[in-house]
Amino acid sequence: MRIRGYKVSVTAQIGIVVVVINLFVALFAPLIAPFDQATPVGDAWADPSAQHWLGLDNLGRDILSRLIYGARMSIGLSLVITALSFLIGVISGFAAAVAGGWIDQALSRLVDLLLSMPTLIFAFVILSVLGSALPVLIFTIAILDSTKVFRLARSVAINIVSLEFVEAARLRGEGWWWIVTREVLPNAVPPLTAEFGLRFCFTFLFIAALSFLGLGVQPPNADWGSMVKEYGEMINLGSAAPLYPAGAIAILVIGANFIVDWMLSIHSRGQGEGA
Amino acid sequence: MLNLVLQRLGLGVLTLFAASILIFIGTEILPGDLASAILQNSATPESLAKLRLDLGLDRPAILRFFDWLFGVLHGDFGHSLANGRDVLTEIAPRFANTMFLAAYAAIVAVPLAIGLGLLAAIRQGGVFDRLVNVFTLMTISVPEYFLAYLLIKYVAVDLGWFPSLANVTPETSFIDRLYYAFLPMVTLVLVIVAHMMRMTRASVLSVMASPYIEMAILKGLRKSRIVVRHALPNALAPIISVVALNLAYLIVGVVIVETVFVYPGLGQLMVDEVSKHDVPVVQACGLIFAATFILLNMTADILAILSNPRLRQPR
Repeated sequence: MRIRGYKVSVTAQIGIVVVVINLFVALFAPLIAPFDQATPVGDAWADPSAQHWLGLDNLGRDILSRLIYGARMSIGLSLVITALSFLIGVISGFAAAVAGGWIDQALSRLVDLLLSMPTLIFAFVILSVLGSALPVLIFTIAILDSTKVFRLARSVAINIVSLEFVEAARLRGEGWWWIVTREVLPNAVPPLTAEFGLRFCFTFLFIAALSFLGLGVQPPNADWGSMVKEYGEMINLGSAAPLYPAGAIAILVIGANFIVDWMLSIHSRGQGEGA
Repeated sequence: MLNLVLQRLGLGVLTLFAASILIFIGTEILPGDLASAILQNSATPESLAKLRLDLGLDRPAILRFFDWLFGVLHGDFGHSLANGRDVLTEIAPRFANTMFLAAYAAIVAVPLAIGLGLLAAIRQGGVFDRLVNVFTLMTISVPEYFLAYLLIKYVAVDLGWFPSLANVTPETSFIDRLYYAFLPMVTLVLVIVAHMMRMTRASVLSVMASPYIEMAILKGLRKSRIVVRHALPNALAPIISVVALNLAYLIVGVVIVETVFVYPGLGQLMVDEVSKHDVPVVQACGLIFAATFILLNMTADILAILSNPRLRQPR
């Protein structure tokens, strides 16, 4: 298999299959799920059977159907947060690189400040005051995560801004908007795409961890992290219930990482040829 | 070199100060104020006014910040909003438990990672090397609770070798602690060992490309001797910083592992208090976590400066 003339590694092919299946399931959850996610269909903690492949949960709901619906929340939420953090990070990173001077200094020091402590711990401090409503989660994580996007976007843009064609654009009198959208952005797309994959994995794991700790997605909404929490205690009675949502999280992140790994290897090879 | 070390120390103190500002601001930038956030729907005008007075919210934020920081420097973290107990006496035993678990994991993980990393470097390109690569990518992707529940299901429940709950008490003896905390320790080791191993391998291999190593090969030395005696000393600086980075990560990873195994550490306490909106305890825990994180990063940089032979001569 090849994409744009690059040979796709076996692991990347596995990754693409995993990610596509997950996206498909998230998009078409109501059509795929065999049962409704919220209605009890049998006894609590019934064992897996031909009808209910993964068994039933504490309220007698079909675990497989809940997993399928949970994909929507987990993947959708992470995509929204990652997109928002890219919007903030790329705009401010490019602004810092193109404008330079005090704007660059101010933004960079602010980001240093935010990165001076572990993200999870800082998120705890904010959530302890604001609670875990969805908009709070989205903005808190997006802003904390955008610091990392900012660093990459800024360093990528600074390298591009120092090249001759940007100098030429400046000399012929183009404005900064032209320079950012027409000169910097097209050249920054490959490294930023790989970073999007990485940041998605990070956000996905982060929101799942918060939900697992009971500080993320709140009932009646459920994502995979909060399902792990709900089913957690059953593990001591020999049930594998928490392993299903936790495994779903693990598989998607491994798949996405396989793709990112492959993209990064093409990128570094491409740079090697240029040098 | 002394200058560099002093500079790094100064930067560390500055970062710590910045983190304390951040933790304080995190509870300040709100619609409304802390009192209404804590009481939420149960707020009446009287209870709000009382809580505001208790929290000292009638005074400007900057004064309260320095009061808080001054108190912290004297070991006074304030009182819990949930039960009124002194925060320090609440968190001190928890912190000791967390440090015990983190140290336990570090003592196992660091030698294991460096040993396996060297082995992968010696057998570069072999089956073992490639297995290590895939394994690393997997453990980086897999969440801690997945590994933890796997261990509980198969090692604790099915085999019955270790307890699935690590609820140690102050009376628990040292040997029992090692036993109770075994599965939490293994989970943490699995999470951090792969990354350290991969970095050890990478930094040894990058040194292996230098001419003096070629010289050693031409002298006919054994590969293992070249890697351990010739390459390792020069590859040490990046390895040290990766080890410290992972130990700093341990401090965060511990939060989830403690929750899974109901281990009475600082992380578990912090999670509980976040959902109770107990801000003074959350701030104190946050500051301790942040301080440990910053301290470890600083130690890494200073060790890297000290271990770099090129910085030993004064310029």
